[in-house]
Amino acid sequence: MRAIALIVGRELGAYFRGMSGWIIAAGILLLQGVLFNVFALGDGDKLSSKVLQDYFYFSMGMTIVASVLLSMRLIAEERHDGTMVLLLTSPASDWQIAVGKWMSAWIFVLMILAASFYMPLMVAVNGSVHTGHVFAGYLGLVLIGAATTALGTFTSSLTGSQVVAVILGGILAALTCVMWLFSKVASPPLDELFAYLDFYYRHFQDFREGTIHTRSIVFYSSVTFFFLLLTRQVLGARRWR
Amino acid sequence: MIEVSGLTKYYGETRAISDLSFTIDRGEIAGFLGLNGAGKSTALKILAGFLLPTSGTVSIDGVDVVAEPEKVRRQIGFLPEEPPLYKEMTVSGFLTYLGKLRGMSGTDVAARLPDVLGKTGLSGRSDQVISTLSLGYRKRVGIAQAIIHDPALVILDEPVSGLDPLQRVEMRSLVRSLGGDHTVLISSHNLTEVEETCDLLLMLGDGELVAQGSEEEINAQVGSGERVEIDVHGDAAEAIALLTELEVVEKAALAEAGEAFNTLDVTLVGEDPHGEAAWVVNTLIGGGFGLSRIAPAKGELEDLFLKITGKGGAA
Repeated sequence: MRAIALIVGRELGAYFRGMSGWIIAAGILLLQGVLFNVFALGDGDKLSSKVLQDYFYFSMGMTIVASVLLSMRLIAEERHDGTMVLLLTSPASDWQIAVGKWMSAWIFVLMILAASFYMPLMVAVNGSVHTGHVFAGYLGLVLIGAATTALGTFTSSLTGSQVVAVILGGILAALTCVMWLFSKVASPPLDELFAYLDFYYRHFQDFREGTIHTRSIVFYSSVTFFFLLLTRQVLGARRWR
Repeated sequence: MIEVSGLTKYYGETRAISDLSFTIDRGEIAGFLGLNGAGKSTALKILAGFLLPTSGTVSIDGVDVVAEPEKVRRQIGFLPEEPPLYKEMTVSGFLTYLGKLRGMSGTDVAARLPDVLGKTGLSGRSDQVISTLSLGYRKRVGIAQAIIHDPALVILDEPVSGLDPLQRVEMRSLVRSLGGDHTVLISSHNLTEVEETCDLLLMLGDGELVAQGSEEEINAQVGSGERVEIDVHGDAAEAIALLTELEVVEKAALAEAGEAFNTLDVTLVGEDPHGEAAWVVNTLIGGGFGLSRIAPAKGELEDLFLKITGKGGAA
């Protein structure tokens, strides 16, 4: 745990000391605010719950974008700069390195989510909001942030180029959101598999509407674990090259 | 003590190193010598735990690198050729982070930091951001990170490459100062570097260990005697003919012809080079030749290395 905490601390420090973390956070919050104003609030009279549903819908997209952008540098930058050797020759295990890297980006995503909380608060002040709805929506964002950050950590481990990492991560993340399209054209049992793997319709839809299903928590947690496992395998494989 | 046995590494079908076996005693400074592509960096990366071998074993104080990698990595400090640095951090922040990552408590790091900064000449730079340091100081930070956790083995890959002459002298002194407290393994293709710094030479050629021991021991292994250069006033051919008759001279040849004098390259045999050199001098003077200089031949280790690795043509 100590090695993970140390890696998290250094990576968070790097986000704050450099410009990239601030720029990504500011850009995401700006876009989220504009989308909130234009689509959630500015589309005629609506019930507060409908405003929240719209808010969580585009917030999911923004969270995915933030996760992929924040995680692209995690390992690719170290490989590019030759500093990966510091971690790989330290007593930290490959698993601890993968988890520490992922966790730092995820915590930064959580900070962005925390900073976005003023938007549902505004809805609550001017309308009638069920606390459970807000909690469920944010829980969904936290989980989808964990999964896409793990996905981004994995693509970052594959290359020494942040650009390649972000393109790979973007493609994979986009695929996870359009799996329902494949499910429409695939035959059983693949149609059900594709539908299950879709990040939005099968899983986030419920959070968006204020419902928490254990199966969706398990799904996002499993995806997170799966990509962290792949990242660990990539790190381990480098020792054999 | 570092024990390496049958160490072999393949990259796909390409063999990088083959069947390396050697032992380095505690506190000793050993130098890997080899041309580019000889397998030095691969061997060092395996010893540092960065790469895994295809076969063979490496143990540090009896702990196997493959069986217990995380335990061994606590005992190793590694500086690659390009110092790996988080350039946005300060020197002390960077060293503190790595000390803790390698298992030290915050108190232990704080207690050791001034010593390490002093030893590496970084005392006045502890709060400086690494990106603002010169290459020489970055190398020093690289060495500082390799020793911050007081490892048993310090591995330095080409520690003087890219440094100016003054920095090279300082770096040699720093590397020498690490011996005793740590076992040190450096790699270089700068033979003078290794000759001046190391107790033990490990010569690599095409991934194989072609010779090991002190310079004198390697000399003995290849049957090469002490070489001296002599500046002779007079006919060089006559001087060479005179010297080759001596039983203490293995070979004598014209190294450089000049107007005032000729430089002879003389290889001596036997176990008393000073006595044999005196014999050579007396013979030349007795033969009517004038002498202006006698000195150990330059590039002796270079010749020895080329001879052993078979890269030196007629050498």
